[in-house]
Amino acid sequence: MEKLSHIHSQTVVLPQTDIDTDQIMPARFLTTTDKEGLGKALFSDWRYDGNGEPLPGFPLNQPGAATCKVLVAGNNFGCGSSREHAPWGLVDFGFRAVISTQFADIFRNNSLKNGLVPIIVDAETHTWLLSNPGAEVDIDVATATLTLPDGRKLAFPLDGFSQQCLLEGVDQLGYLLSKADQIDTFERERAWKP
Amino acid sequence: MSGKSLFEKVWDDHIVIPESPANPAVLYIDLHLVHEVTTPQAFTLMREQGLPVRRTDLTLATLDHSTPTVPITGLDDLDRVTPPAQAKQIRQMVSNCADFGVELHGFDSDQRGIVHVIGPEIGATQPGKTIVCGDSHSSTHGAFGALAFGIGSTEVGHVLATQCLLQRKPKTMAINIEGRLPAGVTAKDIILATIGRIGVDGGTGHVIEFRGSTIRGLSMEERMTICNMTIEAGARAGMMAPDDTTVEFLAGRPQAPQGAAWDAAVTRWLSLPSDADATFDREIDIDISQLAPMVTFGTNPGMVVPVTEAVPADTGNLSFRQALDYMGLEPGQSMQGTRVDVVFIGSCTNSRLPDLRAAAQILRNRSIAKSVRMLVVPGSEIIKQQAEAEGLDKIFLAAGAEWREAGCSMCLGMNGDVLKPGQLCVSTSNRNFEGRQGVGGRTVLASPETAAASAVNGVITDPRTLL
Repeated sequence: MEKLSHIHSQTVVLPQTDIDTDQIMPARFLTTTDKEGLGKALFSDWRYDGNGEPLPGFPLNQPGAATCKVLVAGNNFGCGSSREHAPWGLVDFGFRAVISTQFADIFRNNSLKNGLVPIIVDAETHTWLLSNPGAEVDIDVATATLTLPDGRKLAFPLDGFSQQCLLEGVDQLGYLLSKADQIDTFERERAWKP
Repeated sequence: MSGKSLFEKVWDDHIVIPESPANPAVLYIDLHLVHEVTTPQAFTLMREQGLPVRRTDLTLATLDHSTPTVPITGLDDLDRVTPPAQAKQIRQMVSNCADFGVELHGFDSDQRGIVHVIGPEIGATQPGKTIVCGDSHSSTHGAFGALAFGIGSTEVGHVLATQCLLQRKPKTMAINIEGRLPAGVTAKDIILATIGRIGVDGGTGHVIEFRGSTIRGLSMEERMTICNMTIEAGARAGMMAPDDTTVEFLAGRPQAPQGAAWDAAVTRWLSLPSDADATFDREIDIDISQLAPMVTFGTNPGMVVPVTEAVPADTGNLSFRQALDYMGLEPGQSMQGTRVDVVFIGSCTNSRLPDLRAAAQILRNRSIAKSVRMLVVPGSEIIKQQAEAEGLDKIFLAAGAEWREAGCSMCLGMNGDVLKPGQLCVSTSNRNFEGRQGVGGRTVLASPETAAASAVNGVITDPRTLL
């Protein structure tokens, strides 16, 4: 996982609400035993026709989308299955942040472990972003700030621990492994044993 | 100071290091369920870092998601019925478990089955435990008063390596369900109606405790159906207080405590229910005394109506229109009478023995419509044997249905059990997302009773007309 401190990009917009992880990464692509290459399968059933040809009207197929790092999506993005293949696919495509009014809990947790920043904005900002695809936004991870094209700066919620992990490019395993002594003690001293 | 809720008791009991503004809590995990689809990347990481599985004894492995549901003689026979990618994934799971010393309930085990079915079935799922799995329907286990939730593959690696997870404490919600269930109306209808009421994001950030006299009167299988779909309301987990029904279910199961340990465990379990003065961040009351069988009309589980009603009027919302276009339904169209191509009885929501009995009860001395394909997929090998001992398989086969081996099957269509584009399936599973059961396939979620009745008539049917 790469260090992530700053994102400057135009946005791609998917206005649908409740986009589930089955749409982000259909189950037939979950047979992989790796993480790589899932960007090709991202939103597969919305992005390609029955012959595997890109559908020109789909936002991810439009010129310039391939270089966009920020996805703006309808409310409750990433609901449903816990498949981490969803953020793996988004990151492999090139996205580093998703902006919505709400994220499903498991998707949010998975994203933060893969260098993908879930950014919650207020309804008014969300509506503006949804109706202005291609807007140029700036995201500063260190201050958890989203800057809109008009220069307006918005703070977004970002857990301090996850923020550190994003900035340092580490998942949380190293931290957990460093607590082995306390885990030993817990196992030894707990009142009952599973 | 108010008393503690069931969730707070289980949470507090597993804190290795409390959370602080800077750091999440380190939460100990008592049972880690693993399957072939969401673990390969985690085992690869373990291998790369030279890490052992910390507690193989607290890790329960099975094959279910990409696993064939047609009979095979063993691993060597896999390629005959399974595409190469799925076969590779299954073989990798077998070798990962062997290499890391994790016991696998594989093809040679009579305890293999859907991970959320076998955990309770063998008694590994117990009140007061923390239980996780790289699968969102881990919420199922909350029916026992466990704190159980789905995690991603990175977190699967965390649990394999440390038996712990980093977690922020979720909020709590109480859903009080009162009323006597009308005949022909089931736990599945309760949870579908609940999701319809609070929405697919209604539980986000919360652990839901289902309470009330209706819940107290349900069997463990019915409670599991409700907790299973808590994730479809976006909740972190669903929980129910352990009681005599819970204890009775677990007594004598292979991994349940025995002897003096059993008595101590029961005492501890029965101390877990929320204190009378416990408070919740949110409370909702639902009266189910007038509930009808529910069916989904759209492409998420919150788009649901009583089977007797019509598809709701167009809200003008883009996603609503996209959902109806996808389903081939029109606002105002009656749900009853909609043509059905496939019926699927199975999944971690509704593949347990009482679910199969309920479907068989409707199919007894009846045949499914000629135009319908019906799959019945038991949740586990044990359930399959029990059903066959009762002759349920013969009822299904005589009615024209297929009787399969245990697995996730057409719930997510990873193993080749899929719909063809445009086919409509009445399914006892948990998700009606676009393409969930196969590219272009259309899913209507319903109870086993509604699914079986719809198979008989070849159209969506109120099961109460066939009881």
